[in-house]
Amino acid sequence: MKQLRTLAFALTAISLQAVASDWPQFRGPDSKGVSPDASIPAKPKIDWTAPLPGRGLASPIIVGEKVFVTCSSGPKQERLHLICFNAADGAKTWERQLRATGRTMSHPKTSIAACTPCSDGQRVFALWSCNDLAAFDLDGNLLWTRGLTVDYQNASNSLGMASSPIVIGETLVTVIENDSESYSLGIDVKTGRNLWKIDRPKAANWTSPVPWRADAKSPPIVILQSSKGLLAVDPTTGSRLWEYTEGASTTSSSVVAAGVIYSPSNGITALTPRSDGAAPDQLWRAKQITPATISPIILGDRLFSINSAGVIATADIKTGDSKWKLRLTGPFSGSPVGAGQRLVVVSEKGLVQVVDVAAPEGAVLGKLQLLLKQENKELVLSTPALSGKHIFIRADNALWRLGE
Amino acid sequence: MDHTAVHIPPRFPPTMKTFLAIIPFLAFTSLHAALDEPVKALTAIEREGRGNEAAGAAWKQVVAAGPAALPAVLAATGTSGPVADNWLRLAGDAIVDAAIRAKQPLPLAELESFLKDTTHAAAARQLAFDLLGQADAARANAIEPSLIADPVQDLRRGAVQRLIAEAKTKSGDDAKAAYARALDAVRDEDQTRTIADELKKLGVNVDLPRHFGFLMKWNVIGPFDNTDRKGFDGVFPPEEKISLDTEYDGKGRKVKWQPFESRDEYGKLDFNKPLGMQKEVTAYAVTTFDSPSERAAELRLGCKNGWKVWLNGEFLFGRDEYHRGQQMDQYKLPCRLKKGANTVLVKCCQNEQKEEWTVEWEFQLRVCDAAGTAILAAK
Repeated sequence: MKQLRTLAFALTAISLQAVASDWPQFRGPDSKGVSPDASIPAKPKIDWTAPLPGRGLASPIIVGEKVFVTCSSGPKQERLHLICFNAADGAKTWERQLRATGRTMSHPKTSIAACTPCSDGQRVFALWSCNDLAAFDLDGNLLWTRGLTVDYQNASNSLGMASSPIVIGETLVTVIENDSESYSLGIDVKTGRNLWKIDRPKAANWTSPVPWRADAKSPPIVILQSSKGLLAVDPTTGSRLWEYTEGASTTSSSVVAAGVIYSPSNGITALTPRSDGAAPDQLWRAKQITPATISPIILGDRLFSINSAGVIATADIKTGDSKWKLRLTGPFSGSPVGAGQRLVVVSEKGLVQVVDVAAPEGAVLGKLQLLLKQENKELVLSTPALSGKHIFIRADNALWRLGE
Repeated sequence: MDHTAVHIPPRFPPTMKTFLAIIPFLAFTSLHAALDEPVKALTAIEREGRGNEAAGAAWKQVVAAGPAALPAVLAATGTSGPVADNWLRLAGDAIVDAAIRAKQPLPLAELESFLKDTTHAAAARQLAFDLLGQADAARANAIEPSLIADPVQDLRRGAVQRLIAEAKTKSGDDAKAAYARALDAVRDEDQTRTIADELKKLGVNVDLPRHFGFLMKWNVIGPFDNTDRKGFDGVFPPEEKISLDTEYDGKGRKVKWQPFESRDEYGKLDFNKPLGMQKEVTAYAVTTFDSPSERAAELRLGCKNGWKVWLNGEFLFGRDEYHRGQQMDQYKLPCRLKKGANTVLVKCCQNEQKEEWTVEWEFQLRVCDAAGTAILAAK
């Protein structure tokens, strides 16, 4: 019996360790863009490269030893792929393919595999721009699938959709916002059925929801962002909790740290939600920080944001006061991710740049040029993922793991 | 026809060809009956995920049955809509994947036979071809040229690409003949463009509007109001009655129908030409399509403005998205044509945006079958 207990404890410890290393959704744990226990190599090198069967700018996600990536292929991007790789060596573990049931038109620069999948540790949920949504167990067994444009026929964007779903508790939260039929769904992770559906502003929106909680003991809520501002929603019921109505970006998503929401609204606006249902209190607003399409992140006591010129700006998270600026080699579509005192960001042309944010004026520690297929005009448009000592990056033709 | 001479890259990588080549088909009749209920559960899913719980359990049963379940999976595909088809497709995908890993025989001859029977549903035949390719790429590649006149648009594509590749190796009259064969078969816009461009270089002009079935001759009327985008939901006289001789109150002036013919090779009807460049306005276009028979068809529309389409007074679909992009066949509207005159009415709304890329106020509409083959007017 004692041996069994020891084994159970050991297995639990292994499991917890795997969970701690996970990068389960767009911008990782709690959508912060930061891994609490990963480390970013100063001078990254390619560990392995795995070919991909189709296009995509959805980030990879990591659950235990598995890396999940979505792609789209076919003359009209009508073939939708979810692929599971072994994180250790890049070997393909399994692949599932379905066909788009919604519209697959998009701007040529983006693709139908634009929404990063997410996982609750037991299941992986894949959403594509055509609003096809499918849930699998980690071994590739289908749990359920939905065609959200079949359900709601005018929900599409001819430029393409990109909002990435997140899981909060037992609810998968999706944001399907466009000019014609906009809504957000809370979906039961086990059955794929609607727990709630709320109408959203009729306007194109590519931002992703983020979780927020008052403190470690409080249940998380979900923050939905749009051109109107922010809406806080109870993920279990879909109830509206509070609203911020001063507008926000439709491309760059908010980030949360220590209970404060840093939103791409009129530059960057730091907001402290209240418990009485009133609009959140404004902590500060920094109009000079212009995140363009890129989402900001928080490392330690500073916020980092990259503008359309490829300049990374820093601000004190308590005051919004500017610190140093550093010009990187852009342009960028993917957002930076961080661990410890380092950020990593990848330019559209595949230049990986590691930034030491502890240096007095910031410093680029290392660069690595990924080999992109020029004949396909391949670009890196995705945000990297972090796990352990590794960086995972995808483009249209390949998935890379970088290490020391 | 020797396709190896033109070095066409295989559509499927050559895998599994040794042990999956010719395998005796498994006896599956009793199993087929046992799978009736689970397969039925996969096809019984409804809107908003209703039926997912039963389908989730059924999916496991179907996949656990292995390759013998494939005939039932194929038979059910195309019977209950595209979401059910994905449940079935993913079951087929998982079955073939597991069989390959386990070096288990697959009913390849039956898959091929199913594919070749054009009485089966389009989605089912597409799945049969994909599963065949997944299991035995060489076999699928060998079949592909025979699909050149297939009633399923997607199944033709590979065969057409081979003809294009073959034509590129020829010159003069031989090239013309080869591209002409490709043109007869082609249905996809990008491939058609390639063929038409090559033929043009050879001195042959392709009548693209006729090839695609674009409607070119219309009567147009406007502008009506679309201030604050309210014209999309607003009902103006053409939606109530088509009377080509009547004058109406439009936006700021009297308006009446006027004939307008598109000269665009992709059938674009640009309202800016007959009505002038305006903002926050709505216009209508109406035409008569003389169908040679009573039949199923598709009206396929491309439009970057707010739009609505009616056929013979019946509303088909509408969408209030502005300036997010336009492409041919952007929207497919299944419909039923009656024999003889059919009235097609299009509403097209322009919004308030002032940017250079928001000038377009246009649509393109064609009449075709589900394979994209043009249905030409009887007169």
